Amino acid sequence: MSALTVAETVVDPELPMLTLADLGVLRSVDESAEGVVVTLTPTYLGCPALETMRADLVRALASAGYADVEVRTALHPAWSSDWISPAGKAKLAEAGIAPPGPAPRGPIPLTLTAPASNVACPRCASTRTEILSEFGSTACKALVRCRDCGEPFERVKEI
Amino acid sequence: MPFDNAYEALADAHDDARWAYGTGFADPLASVPADVPDGVSRPELARLCVALGDDALVMSHRLQQWCTNAPELEDEVALANIGLDLLGQARWLYTRAGAVDGTGRSEDDFAFLRSESEFLNVRLVELPNGDFAELVARLLVFSTWRLAVLTRLVSYVDPVVAAIAAKGVKEVTYHRDYAARWCVRLGDGTAYSRERMRAGLDTVWPFVWELFDRAEPDLRVEFDEVLGRVLSAATLAVPTVADRADVLGKVGRDGVHTEAMGYLIADLQSVARANPGAVW
Repeated sequence: MSALTVAETVVDPELPMLTLADLGVLRSVDESAEGVVVTLTPTYLGCPALETMRADLVRALASAGYADVEVRTALHPAWSSDWISPAGKAKLAEAGIAPPGPAPRGPIPLTLTAPASNVACPRCASTRTEILSEFGSTACKALVRCRDCGEPFERVKEI
Repeated sequence: MPFDNAYEALADAHDDARWAYGTGFADPLASVPADVPDGVSRPELARLCVALGDDALVMSHRLQQWCTNAPELEDEVALANIGLDLLGQARWLYTRAGAVDGTGRSEDDFAFLRSESEFLNVRLVELPNGDFAELVARLLVFSTWRLAVLTRLVSYVDPVVAAIAAKGVKEVTYHRDYAARWCVRLGDGTAYSRERMRAGLDTVWPFVWELFDRAEPDLRVEFDEVLGRVLSAATLAVPTVADRADVLGKVGRDGVHTEAMGYLIADLQSVARANPGAVW
């Protein structure tokens, strides 16, 4: 198996239904005579999963026979939720996590009212949903509730 | 997990891959080139990184002290998330500082092995925690200012600082919205919540001038414009309390702090200093 194929099978430690490739944090895998160089990008600067991702990549590549692996971190360009692949978005929805819509662009608005929820409930598909909190169980998720079926669910934030 | 209970998992010493945080951090900038663009002064760049890193670390520490004390579960999660974002910003900034200043210091060295006078954070972030309204006031002031600063740094000459700023802008936007909405909710709430919010703003306001000391005037203009909109929606007036004086011309950015900073540093550093080189 190529190093790229192996790296693409590694899953996110906090969203294990997604591979790092699905999440868009796996930026490149370069294989050469000297070894393999994998470039990762963090979703958020404080994302505690980054070190785990790095260790998981090294472990997966080692067990596939790639002994010399270097994992680099690239900050630029900043990760955007737009980089989650269509397959990744489908897997999120399947797991009950609302996938993000298009990320906002341009100047940063100050939002003084509760943000409108534009997502459909992953359980009953109702669009009568409300954002409970812009901060969820991980840095990249917000907490939403469906006003029809009453279930709370998570949504990957659009950044 | 191959453990019967959570305590067993904690005691396991052989799988450090699961431990993202604690002492013995992995270098987040591993393998990122440490070179500096031509014409950039290394000491100045390092000082900028340390100052912005210290603001983030100390504010993060105060937010962490809110853990288990927030009024609602959602706010508990929000404050922890904001603290984590800022801790992440501090880690990257310290690592960059250590890479460019020639000392090779790690992020742990910056956080745990410097004395109070070497911390360059503004005094606003070190103030002892008050009530929730005081936190909202402090976070509103801090994140409005930091967002304005980071927005300008996105085009900074050092590509690493520019990249950290670009990511930080996305994060701090959420922090500012969170604080602003709470300010409106409390200020435009009951007579009691309004009084608490007003008092919170009065507590932090004496330290606002220091944020703009030696800064470009347009930064203050932007800050005043945003705060004006939030306070107006909150039906609150801009505080008129007196500024907290500098100390013989020196402020937080010069390493001169309030009494609270010594206690904060002791709290932050005691474990790392008592157990040099310890990892978990």
